[in-house]
Amino acid sequence: MAETVFAPWDDPNEKPLIRFQNVTKRFGEFVAIDDLTLDIFEKEFFALLGPSGCGKTTMMRMLAGFETVSEGSIELAGQDIAAVPPNKRAVNMMFQSYALFPHLSVYENIAFGLRRGNMPKHDLDARVTEMLKLTRLEKFARRKPHQISGGQRQRVALARSLAKAPKLLLLDEPLGALDAKLRQATQFELMDIQEKTGTTFVIVTHDQEEAMTVASRVAVMDEGRVMQVATPERIYEAPESVYVADFIGDVNIVSGQSTPMGEDRYHISWTEGQQPLVAASDRPFTDGQSCHLAVRPEKIAISAERPPNVDNAVQGTVLDIAYLGNLSTYYVELPGGQIIKSQTANTRRISRRSFTWEDTVWVSWTATAGVLLAQ
Amino acid sequence: MNRLSWFNVTSLTLGFAFLYLPMVILVLYSFNESKLVTVWAGFSTKWYGELLQNEAFLDAAWVTIKVAVLSSTFATVLGTMAAYVLVRGGRFLGRTLFSGMIYAPLVMPEVITGLSLLLLFIGIGLDRGVLTIVLAHTTFSMCYVSVVVSSRLMTFDRSLEEAALDLGCSSFDAFRLVTLPIIAPAVISGWLLAFTLSLDDLVIASFTAGPSATTLPIKIFSAVRLGVSPEINALSTIMIGIVTVGVISASLISKRNSLRQQRDEQAAARTA
Repeated sequence: MAETVFAPWDDPNEKPLIRFQNVTKRFGEFVAIDDLTLDIFEKEFFALLGPSGCGKTTMMRMLAGFETVSEGSIELAGQDIAAVPPNKRAVNMMFQSYALFPHLSVYENIAFGLRRGNMPKHDLDARVTEMLKLTRLEKFARRKPHQISGGQRQRVALARSLAKAPKLLLLDEPLGALDAKLRQATQFELMDIQEKTGTTFVIVTHDQEEAMTVASRVAVMDEGRVMQVATPERIYEAPESVYVADFIGDVNIVSGQSTPMGEDRYHISWTEGQQPLVAASDRPFTDGQSCHLAVRPEKIAISAERPPNVDNAVQGTVLDIAYLGNLSTYYVELPGGQIIKSQTANTRRISRRSFTWEDTVWVSWTATAGVLLAQ
Repeated sequence: MNRLSWFNVTSLTLGFAFLYLPMVILVLYSFNESKLVTVWAGFSTKWYGELLQNEAFLDAAWVTIKVAVLSSTFATVLGTMAAYVLVRGGRFLGRTLFSGMIYAPLVMPEVITGLSLLLLFIGIGLDRGVLTIVLAHTTFSMCYVSVVVSSRLMTFDRSLEEAALDLGCSSFDAFRLVTLPIIAPAVISGWLLAFTLSLDDLVIASFTAGPSATTLPIKIFSAVRLGVSPEINALSTIMIGIVTVGVISASLISKRNSLRQQRDEQAAARTA
């Protein structure tokens, strides 16, 4: 079955909906956004991910029109939007605090934007009803915001920002105020609504799991710069820097010097008196170049005996065990003090667990399990 | 519930006696049959009847209410605008100076405010009357409104206004449709404060009032200088009654609203 994959960013003929071009934003001396260039395409669910203070919220506020650009330009559908005030942009925003109007009912909150556009009464009613249905709020139309629960308020905020059918919907930490279970359910609901309405979503979040779940592409940001933009799988499996590898999920970083062995294979000498590690890399490294090998804990096997025919195997002792229920993470100390995390699924009962503290074990992984990074 | 100790009972009695004894005496004597204030001669409501016949008092009362309504309304409009600019206007040149200046009349001695206004009105040749009192009261009560409204605006979630802009409002519409309805309680209490200040102001009114218009406090003050009449006691009792009813109903309404809010929130939490 030939299914076309949604990947407009790989198509050179595709025109981006939003184009950040060398955008810099300063607040006095402080540089919030540093010479940033980024394209976001139509119908994307784009996540801006980063620690607090990395500039992700500033980017969103520039898109909404609440902040001006210091240098560079932002284009929306081919037009520079620098001079367009927020109330004239085909962009709507869902606020972190939801910002529901407390003096208006749920119905009037959703109708608020439509009333500004002088929509005929009949159409307006139909549109609000459609939005109420989409967000399963029909029963609460007459209630005031303080008369509904947090999850319902979140849906009202979403319905209100979608009511005007914007070209672009901005979501500022939309699920931050919800508890873990409700958040998961709402993530799928968001994806569902995004698909149904075909709106381009840009979401700001500091929660990597949320970004990975909902987004078609993720931009990992740090200190006003985009570190990497890629699909969640690429971000996880092929990070381009130690920062990205470390920010997303758990990772083992082994630093050393590379020696090219041909056929994209490299030896990495990482500590005195140990066999060099073997890693495959598409990116070229020179002889003696310092490099970092990033390997995810779940790609590292742990065993009592040295496994045969494996690229990398190092002996160490179990330092600590983190039991998470479904998974266990073993912290294995290697000679030289390097600690390697190995994660295994707990398919057997805990009493049958093979290793315990202070056991001597082998950790092993293949040459292609990790990513070799220059920085 | 703890029982009150004899110490607490004594403090309460002393405190409330200090606050309310003068008023209680005033109210009692307003029902005195005798014309002499210090001699009790039996219960009567005749001074209330006399009061209603007294054209001068009724005129003064009418002027006072007119002045209070007009000046507190102007003061509310101006004070709210000032508060909005000072809290929301962002940084502009001289902002600190402006916010300091708007509060200056709070600490300015009334005599000075009154005198300076008098000089101004004479200077521009404005005849003293209702208009000058309204202007003077607007001037000094505006800063009180501004203080009340700006303290509300400081706790106001700015993203509500941004949401309104985002949904297509102009800045003015955002203020009219979102900000104003939400800060309305503060604006109303600012209005009430300005109204009360205007009602009982004597100093500034006596500088700016003219022969054509006298307010009630001026009238009472000048009448008392010729001797306290039971009519004035009756008038004061009526004013105390109005204020009491106003205060009690205001607190009942706010109590009921907060109870309703609490109940709604509990109901929302249950249905979640």
